[in-house]
Amino acid sequence: MWDYTDKVKEHFLNPRNVGDIPEADAIGEVGSLACGDALKLFLKLDDKKERIVDAKFQTFGCGSAIASSSALTEMIKGKTLDEALAVTNKEIADFLGGLPEEKMHCSVMGQEALEVAIAKYRGGPVPTHGHGHDHEQEGEIVCKCFGLTDGFLKKVIEQNRLHTAEQVTHFTKAGGACGGCIPRIKELIAEVLGEAQAAPPKRPEKLTNLRKMQLIQEVLENEIRPQLWTDGGDLELIDIAGPTVQIAFRKACAGCASSGFTAKFVEQKLRDMVSDDIVVEEVEG
Amino acid sequence: MKEIYLDNNATTRVDDAVFEEMRPYFTEMYGNPSSMHFFGGQVQKKVDEARARVAALLGAQPEEIIFTACGTESDNTAIRSALEAFPTRRHVITSRVEHPAVLTLCRNLTKHGVRVTELNVDSAGRLDLDELKRAIDDDTAIVSIMHANNETGVVFPIEEIAGIVKERGVLFHTDAVQSVGKIPLNMAKSRIDMLSLSGHKLHAPKGIGALYLRKGTPFRPFLVGGHQERNRRAGTEATSSIIALGKACQVAGEFLHDENTRVKGLCDRLERELMAIIPAARINGGGAERLPNTVSIAFEFVEGEAILLLLSEKGICASSGSACTSGSLEPSHVLRAMGVPFTCAHGSIRFSLSRFTTDAEVDAVIRELPPIIQRLREISPFGRELLKK
Repeated sequence: MWDYTDKVKEHFLNPRNVGDIPEADAIGEVGSLACGDALKLFLKLDDKKERIVDAKFQTFGCGSAIASSSALTEMIKGKTLDEALAVTNKEIADFLGGLPEEKMHCSVMGQEALEVAIAKYRGGPVPTHGHGHDHEQEGEIVCKCFGLTDGFLKKVIEQNRLHTAEQVTHFTKAGGACGGCIPRIKELIAEVLGEAQAAPPKRPEKLTNLRKMQLIQEVLENEIRPQLWTDGGDLELIDIAGPTVQIAFRKACAGCASSGFTAKFVEQKLRDMVSDDIVVEEVEG
Repeated sequence: MKEIYLDNNATTRVDDAVFEEMRPYFTEMYGNPSSMHFFGGQVQKKVDEARARVAALLGAQPEEIIFTACGTESDNTAIRSALEAFPTRRHVITSRVEHPAVLTLCRNLTKHGVRVTELNVDSAGRLDLDELKRAIDDDTAIVSIMHANNETGVVFPIEEIAGIVKERGVLFHTDAVQSVGKIPLNMAKSRIDMLSLSGHKLHAPKGIGALYLRKGTPFRPFLVGGHQERNRRAGTEATSSIIALGKACQVAGEFLHDENTRVKGLCDRLERELMAIIPAARINGGGAERLPNTVSIAFEFVEGEAILLLLSEKGICASSGSACTSGSLEPSHVLRAMGVPFTCAHGSIRFSLSRFTTDAEVDAVIRELPPIIQRLREISPFGRELLKK
């Protein structure tokens, strides 16, 4: 049985905002019966057509799909359209106290429906992530079973910092049926990680202690850990004391014979991108 | 909340009589049956008795029973044994709707040079025996076809299948994990070579199974390293579990009539009344012969996990062939093989009853399920279209 949080259960058992809005300003539909889940989202805007005053939904899907839809409608009410667009799938999951990773695609579906609704209202191009069989899709269809495009997958990979094909399946369903596209998903992950590495943040001139600590964390998160992930490894930041950065290796890196080299690599990267005086220390933790 | 347990194809409650029978063999008579002293010898006698009891339920000889750890081990043993015993034959025939214990093994074997034919089923879940006849060739080492399907309860005509397979001089194995204790079997009059059963599906504990092996059938053990089970399955006997399985088989024999009359009546009533109340529903395997205890219904425009969670809130335990319960993203391989329409493939619920199921429990499901389906259809965009009509 899934380990749903109490909040997921509560939103599933008592979903908020089920129904429709007869004179809705915006409607977004994603998913299909064949896919196993679908969401139809209705938005009502204020007189100035800026702010969402009401949101309703109809969902076909499992418990967490219904809970995610309920959470989404609660989160976006009162927001401007731009504020609503900034809601990420992670925020939907966080609102519910987290979702099992296998169910993260439910939160992605909520975010997608919102994007579609607002894009249709604004008359711009409707996001073509696929997820549905009823509209024309642009881009390369990577997952044929669920009709998902490369652009959509790359966006989800980037936003959620996914680094394995299995995670991509959990977040988007891509690769979850026949599995034929898994090699292509791995390529997309490599592309996204590569792009993130190709544009390193500029090294600042002068640093406050606080900013330095933030930068160290950013470099570890955005530059170093993704590289370790590709080899099945990982690390955790334990502490920062002056110039000393304490890290602990995880997964394949833990106990790896060449972890000394990896520590040197981490140190060099931090020196290049943050500050010359950084010393990396490997600790148990 | 007292549970209403209608998920007996997943596992069953250990019968009180079974538990009492096995209990002394943990702390009092814990001897090893192989030992050369009275303390082990007394356990050996109980193991022999258990073997005879299992054999009696199957209409088999005691020495044709090999105790294993589970149905999965029995299935794996049977198929691997045939491939080892006939090293020149590299073809296995099975069906698309087998339990993963058979299907996953077969698919893995294809990576080791074994050719596998998976027979199709029709929309009611039935096999085409002509397809089987065409599939058997000189290279076929074994045909493994289940007796009854765990998800739909559809029963395959295994005696007829055994006849076809034996005619061609090929071994026939059946996974009877779901049917033993529900459908009478008589190995003395059968042509089945090997048959798998599992204790926890018939009110014995988890962790015990058996493989029926017809006398004279070529056999190679799966586990080696001990003389137990006449050199056919190494490893110290799980004495208390074996004794429990023996008792469970004895009791199952006594309840066979009840299973096929009272339990079947409850199951039929559950199916009939749900189908009468709930629109846009269909019975999976409706046109086929089915187990007396299993009903699987597909509800259009709703998703199975959501139904199960709401049933669970009412204390009702059932199961689903839906993708979302397993973390997989597709409906079950059984429903897909049957070509269940996508409008309802995601909304299938299985109720599986047992001799402990009561009228009141069936009443509770008939009372609680229709409003749950209605409620989910009101949430579902497709369900709302249906309700408007």
